[in-house]
Amino acid sequence: MNRFVLTLYVTGQTSRSERAIANLRRICDEDLEGLYEMVVIDVLEQPQLAEDEKILATPTLIKALPPPLRRIIGDLSDTEKVVFGLDIQPAAAAREAEEE
Amino acid sequence: MSDTRFHAVEKLETGISGFDHVSVGGLPKGRTCLVSGTAGSSKTVFAVQFLVEGIRQSGEGGVFITFEESPADIRRNMLGFGWDIERFEREQKWAFVDASPQLDQEVVEAGSYDLGALLARIEHAVKKTKARRVSMDSLGAVFGRFSSPETVRRELHRTAMALKTMDVTAILTAERTEEYGDLARFGVEEFVADNVIVLRNILEDEKRRRTIEILKFRGTTHHKGEFPFTIIPQEGIVVIPLSEIQLEQKSSNVRMSSGNGKLDEMCGGGFFRDSIVLVSGATGCGKTLMVTEFIAGGRREGEKSLLFGFEESREQMFRNASGWGMDYEQMERDGKLKIICEYPEVMGLEDHLIRMKTEIKNFSPTRVAVDSLSALERASTMKGFREFVIGLTSFIKHQEIVGLFSSTTPTLLGGTSITEAHISTITDSIILLRYVEMFGEMRRGLTVLKMRGSMHDKDIREYTIDGEGMHIGSQFKNVTGILSGNAIHVSRDDIERLGGLFAEEDAR
Repeated sequence: MNRFVLTLYVTGQTSRSERAIANLRRICDEDLEGLYEMVVIDVLEQPQLAEDEKILATPTLIKALPPPLRRIIGDLSDTEKVVFGLDIQPAAAAREAEEE
Repeated sequence: MSDTRFHAVEKLETGISGFDHVSVGGLPKGRTCLVSGTAGSSKTVFAVQFLVEGIRQSGEGGVFITFEESPADIRRNMLGFGWDIERFEREQKWAFVDASPQLDQEVVEAGSYDLGALLARIEHAVKKTKARRVSMDSLGAVFGRFSSPETVRRELHRTAMALKTMDVTAILTAERTEEYGDLARFGVEEFVADNVIVLRNILEDEKRRRTIEILKFRGTTHHKGEFPFTIIPQEGIVVIPLSEIQLEQKSSNVRMSSGNGKLDEMCGGGFFRDSIVLVSGATGCGKTLMVTEFIAGGRREGEKSLLFGFEESREQMFRNASGWGMDYEQMERDGKLKIICEYPEVMGLEDHLIRMKTEIKNFSPTRVAVDSLSALERASTMKGFREFVIGLTSFIKHQEIVGLFSSTTPTLLGGTSITEAHISTITDSIILLRYVEMFGEMRRGLTVLKMRGSMHDKDIREYTIDGEGMHIGSQFKNVTGILSGNAIHVSRDDIERLGGLFAEEDAR
């Protein structure tokens, strides 16, 4: 399976930022165990990186690999949309598929 | 920092030509101003020029946040105005915050978000360039990018509030759908309601007219109403302030010769400097001759004249003048005359006005003639024409110049042109040239209708034109109704009888 390279941009240590980080960890640990790299960038500390990537909303998750490049904005509380946006097969669904 | 609540709102001179007049000193300093307009009303040019003038005139850095056009497009589009944004960027005077749509990337929304990254980028850019000016163009474009308008509105509000703490003067542009309707789409005016400017691009009589109106400046003054503006290469937006420049007009007692001794006499010693003289007459009755004599009068005094021709070509003007013994070509070579001929239709009146002002400034004549003013009527709406004349006359009066404008009447006999009806109150003096039909013969009559600030001859005098020029003779006696185009010869008997009637009344 492909390696996932994920960057999460947040604004400071707000509850929304923390929620986004926790949600992403949870989803990745469930569905991409051992297959992902995750970097968290605080735009207050590194605004130039936000400028380079033209980030508007926070939190913004960028999936650089595997292609296609994709952006997911929000606190990632809508798991279904995150899984859809990352193009990953949920682990539960994958197990079901194997059993068949 | 000291408490500023008790001080009047300070203004920041924008450097946008004419705008600082209309706004009485510029934009409220340290505040945020909404600039609203329909598509094509030049919001982006205004927003860009605000930053450019800050850099060029006072070395103040600027940050441009673009939600619509890409920075590459803006850099390219603005080169036509001579604004080299790339150079400003290299000099660390200008920074873009590029929030334009990234079409190659799909965006999925999964949960709640804010625009914290945008704000962080703005703060970063402001620090980087030590910016004192910020432009954001345009707010409406952000709404299309996110599914929740409430979130966007809340976040833009937060951004606008944050700008106040950054000690910058900011412009936020917003689009509206109608020229005279809601202020802006998406209710954005709610959070930048203190200062509002409206740009308009109105279609009137098949002609485009651009205007700028300051709707409100909280806590400070500005001129009210719409002011025309134009956009010209190498300069950008030029606002044409009208009413306020009139108040400072000088009036002078210095007399200048009209070039015709008899006419000077009729005017009580010549035209006043800093005054505008309107010569009205039907086609062929001698207006252009009067203009020529006016210029010849200047030449005798060693003065410089500037002639704007809107009806005839240079060659025609040279030929006319040489018919009366005037060598325009030689005068131009001597630097005593400059002739500018143009078709009225080649540009809008706002552009004509700016062109004429520039020419007058560069040549610095003491006499300016326009032949004819009524030809310019065709290039504009009536309102625009009146504004043009006000703009031109008030400018001329500031330059220690006497202006002679000719105006063609639509009918051969009597009559007034629309031009006169609209501008007679603006001009200081009016001279009427009229055809007079008498006994199967066309003769010509002249009268000084008005001469502000001076006594003048009230006679209607006959004049003739020959190779020497204009000869003003004696009063038309025994004729009435010349000005109405209905000349009636009155016999001597009738006059005596009329006189007798009153005598009898007195006797009773």
